[in-house]
Amino acid sequence: MKNAEKLKAVVFLKRPESLTDKEFTYCPGCHHGIVHRLVAEVIDELKIRERTILVAPVGCSVFAYEFFNVDGTVAPHGRAPAVATGMKRARPDLVVFTYQGDGDLAAIGTSEIIHAANRGERITVIFINNAVYGMTGGQMAPTTLIGMKTTTSPYGRDEKRDGYPIHIPEMLKEFKGVAFLARTTVSDPVEVIRTKNAIKKAFLAQINDLGLGLVEVLSACPTGWGMDPVEATRWVKEVFSKEYKTGVFVDKVK
Amino acid sequence: MSEKLMVKGTEAIGESAIRAGCRHYFGYPITPQSELTEYMARRLPKIGGVFLQAESEVAVVNMLYGVSCVGKRVMTSTSSPGFSLMQEGISYMACAELPAVFVNVMRGGPGLGDIQPAQGDYFQATKGGGHGDYRMIVLAPSTLQEAVDLTYISFDIAEKYRNPVLILADGMIGQMMEPVEFPEFVDVEKLKEPDWILNGADGRDPRRITSFDIDPHNLEKIILHLMEKYRKAEENEKRWEDFMVDDAEYLFVAYGTMARILKTVVKLARKEGIKVGLIRPITLWPFPYERIEEMAERVGFILAVEMSTGQMVEDVRLAVKGKTEVLFYGRPGGVIPSPFEVLEVLKKYVKKVRV
Repeated sequence: MKNAEKLKAVVFLKRPESLTDKEFTYCPGCHHGIVHRLVAEVIDELKIRERTILVAPVGCSVFAYEFFNVDGTVAPHGRAPAVATGMKRARPDLVVFTYQGDGDLAAIGTSEIIHAANRGERITVIFINNAVYGMTGGQMAPTTLIGMKTTTSPYGRDEKRDGYPIHIPEMLKEFKGVAFLARTTVSDPVEVIRTKNAIKKAFLAQINDLGLGLVEVLSACPTGWGMDPVEATRWVKEVFSKEYKTGVFVDKVK
Repeated sequence: MSEKLMVKGTEAIGESAIRAGCRHYFGYPITPQSELTEYMARRLPKIGGVFLQAESEVAVVNMLYGVSCVGKRVMTSTSSPGFSLMQEGISYMACAELPAVFVNVMRGGPGLGDIQPAQGDYFQATKGGGHGDYRMIVLAPSTLQEAVDLTYISFDIAEKYRNPVLILADGMIGQMMEPVEFPEFVDVEKLKEPDWILNGADGRDPRRITSFDIDPHNLEKIILHLMEKYRKAEENEKRWEDFMVDDAEYLFVAYGTMARILKTVVKLARKEGIKVGLIRPITLWPFPYERIEEMAERVGFILAVEMSTGQMVEDVRLAVKGKTEVLFYGRPGGVIPSPFEVLEVLKKYVKKVRV
């Protein structure tokens, strides 16, 4: 009995202090919950919770401020890097991170992320790429794959009409203001650990005053994709990450 | 007090903001106000402030949002097309109750328009240029001294109501030079940090600043709370100037540069025996409806004059409630009516009434 209790204490993880008690409201199989937890664990480990500010986006993670146990706000759609810039310039002692989806960051907010990156803003950006607009019902995003069916590309994304999937880290890696840049997934335990390490470095890029840190996490949207959670996670690994190669693009943190 | 200095309008506004304790300025170049952005770029780094030239006015307003969240005084300046781009952010800031000071040095519009002084942004400024139920408190100076004085108090007003405040000037106010007296420097160190800001959940529950509530009943409460603040602003913040109204038989209503020109017209008309006065709204929102209504009961007609095709005149009509005739004269597109031109219009209407 005593051994069993011990085992239980080892197996069950403690809820990070940087998460509130509120249950996630995301769909079953959505990867937001995993990424939220990883971000919260990193904030705990870096002991920065008391000086961290979250800038939530417009999209499914608009509710992120309810889940993170830190001060936070919701930026207009795509504008989180500009809001974070204002905060960080006025209070450099705070740790400021944005949490944005692909519609938010890679469509309506491209100008803001590009210029924040180019200025080397000391902010951390968690970028969730799930190939669709989730909150509005699974419309085509700039990251949607060629041929992929969505509610606004019902016959499949056609590159002649819709252009090509947009690769944000490949675009930003030439910017001297960027101090850490990676693309990861959370589709298996090894990748989860890689993602957590990348998130930590993206925060350290800011904390060590090196520049902007960004992690793109390829995430599952089973609802938007019309798949079950297991199938969706497998799709991230087998199809999605073939278009979007995972890896570290910039690492000045070391 | 300090001595009088000869300065340009845009720079007068910038210096006054600094003296009011503003140490954060974000801007994007646009004529006819770029000198204000340039002034802040020169001044702020020397006094420990933050100046940043943003990639667009869309980014600017969101940077203001961020600074306001962490509780610092912040300002931007722009001109008409740039102000249009800021409307989204202003709507968010009003709902999230974030104070900040905006300056719109109006030019001719719509579209790219031109770069001459105009007053075509009245509707945008006073009727909510962005989406949703909100107001901006709008201050309209007609001299550089007044631009200095209004800028100086605008930060206090913004913080008092936790709402964006707009200094609505035009290219004339922005570009001309006049002697002004600057107020004393506010000690930035002594500015009290508000108790709602985001500065880290250290020893307290996290704070959330949002313009968002998915539950319509909650959002309704938020909006009604905003409206309550606006009612208070209507009670406390209405400002206007009476100019030779005591014996007036006719009345002008105008603001900003146009009002300044009309003071000359009032004097010219009185030399010709026409007893005309002027009410100059200083706050365009809240608008001094009651004062204009009082005057409506005493005058033969009210002539609203604007550097537009007629926007403020709608508020004048609302104020007058049909108690007298409301006439309008305006020149849009950056054309400034001359005193003699307006005098002729006045005389034409007076003649009609007297016949």
